[in-house]
Amino acid sequence: MTELGAEDLVGGVPSLGSPNVPTLAPEGGEVQVLASGWRLATREFLSNRLAVVGLGILVFFVLACFLGPLFYHTNQTISNPLVTDGAPGATHLLGTDDNGFDELGRIMAGGQTALEIGFFAALMATVIGTLYGALAGLVGGIVDGVLMRLVDILLSIPLLFIVLVLATRYSATVLSQSLIIGLFSWLVPSRLVRGEVLTLRVRDFVVAARIMGSSQRRLIVRHLIPNALSVVIVNITFLIADSILLIAYLGFLGFGLTFPTASWGDMLGNAQQAVESGYWWLVYPVGICLVLVVMACNLVGDALRDAFDVRLRRR
Amino acid sequence: MTGYIVRRCIAAVIIALGVAAVVYLLLNFTGGSPAAAALGNHYNKITAALWNKQHGYDKPLVVQIVDYVWNAIHLNFGYSYKQGQSVAALLNEDAGRTAYLSGAALVLALLIAMPLGIAQAVKRNSIGDYVATGVAFTLYSMPAFFLGLILIQFLALDLHVFPAFVGDNVTTTWQAVTHPLEMALPIVTLAALTVASFSRYMRSSALDALAQDYIRLARAKGLRERAVLTRHLLRNASLPMITLVGLSIPGLLAGNIITESLFNYPGLGLLFYDALQNLDYPILLAYTLIGGILTVTGNLIADIAVAVADPRIRLD
Repeated sequence: MTELGAEDLVGGVPSLGSPNVPTLAPEGGEVQVLASGWRLATREFLSNRLAVVGLGILVFFVLACFLGPLFYHTNQTISNPLVTDGAPGATHLLGTDDNGFDELGRIMAGGQTALEIGFFAALMATVIGTLYGALAGLVGGIVDGVLMRLVDILLSIPLLFIVLVLATRYSATVLSQSLIIGLFSWLVPSRLVRGEVLTLRVRDFVVAARIMGSSQRRLIVRHLIPNALSVVIVNITFLIADSILLIAYLGFLGFGLTFPTASWGDMLGNAQQAVESGYWWLVYPVGICLVLVVMACNLVGDALRDAFDVRLRRR
Repeated sequence: MTGYIVRRCIAAVIIALGVAAVVYLLLNFTGGSPAAAALGNHYNKITAALWNKQHGYDKPLVVQIVDYVWNAIHLNFGYSYKQGQSVAALLNEDAGRTAYLSGAALVLALLIAMPLGIAQAVKRNSIGDYVATGVAFTLYSMPAFFLGLILIQFLALDLHVFPAFVGDNVTTTWQAVTHPLEMALPIVTLAALTVASFSRYMRSSALDALAQDYIRLARAKGLRERAVLTRHLLRNASLPMITLVGLSIPGLLAGNIITESLFNYPGLGLLFYDALQNLDYPILLAYTLIGGILTVTGNLIADIAVAVADPRIRLD
């Protein structure tokens, strides 16, 4: 941190005052305020070209999937046997599938459900995991031991198995699938937050707050969670990517959303026959969209991790 | 060292028992009544109560869990009423083929990922490094079935190099071993996804090792570069691979379900997939439990193997 450039020091930032303000950093020996970690992290993130590309892809897909249907009107509820498996053309830009649904419109609809499920599941997993991990790390002792052994146990059961077994039982809606995935993917965030809390609780500012008599709740809400947030935020992007992949696996194996709700995995469920019949438009556009969205989440996550990780920070 | 192994084994056994209890509870909440599956058309309140009493399903849940675990330890996983066969026999029939598919994929993945990671680290920031990282990153974000479909399209349907799916002539493990052409696409699909995650770790591990003094010393004493890479770098950079292989088991099990159902390969994954369609809960319960136990075992073996291989982390 000693080699920070002048622009990292508040007071040395040239754009703050009038052009007459000297742009030199204050002389050594004065107490200087460092730019906040968040601003440094934001700058580091934006200087990573791949991260910006990933963010751009995500923004594009959110806009295209949620706003696209407003401009590109398609029927996605009543199948039309007259136009099944039609090749791409002027009326159907990406052709039609085996139910006669417009493929491009269906990709948009499937993208909506994928993004919704990914986001809800990741959010739920993060909230549960953060609270659970913070509790375990703060209370410590036997409670911590028991809580973390439970995480070890649940983490030993492959997630796809649990999710598939539960999917046989519950009707497949966006909400139910988000709940199923969210309720079983909070384990990794809880471990991360616990580790973070264990290192934070012996840090001086937390000890000071404790000595000043702040309540346990205030300690968690004001000090521990904000400082453990970077780990959580990085993890949430990976959780979204994993949830979208998981939901695609479910759809591919025949546990996608109830007809006629679209999901990307479901659309690829019949892709094997489509490949054999040469209906490429039913396979590659939706597959590429799926890979792009997951890849974009992973890119953003990697970049965020680098941006928050002080040790990796260049300079 | 012995103390560490003993402690680690005891912890693994406790976790494995916990896994069994959780899996039983999970299936108990989701699964249909076993009496309904067993009795079929004869199912009504009275016959169900009688059947439950006969088969121990009227006991408290805790006793049922203990019974199930006790039977599972003796490799008795109950009876699949939908298939009319004991679950253990069904699993036993398919286990060899799945073990072959996963094992071959894992070995292939290691054979590709380890040299690739080292080459990327040695020639870091070259075009080849960027291409390999990009490909690995894409594969890492790709669902297994989409990669499988692309392989089917190009290698099976366009170029006719490999068959598009595993045919009926492969029914035994031995036939799977002796039909490399039919097995090529499933193995490559499963291996490619494993390579994607392995090569990233191998590259960073090799980068760490390259900066160490023993590599500098080996070069300074005039050792040929080839010997430096194979004798000093490879051995040290491979240590994290031990852990990765141990941790790769859940991914392989999940990949098996996808790959086997895509290529119609008769293994445990396909058995699980069929059981999902038929709501055959005893099979789902047994394979989920086995998946959990294999994961615990994989972690345990990885921990012990790392401690054996790396004297620096012998914890006593």
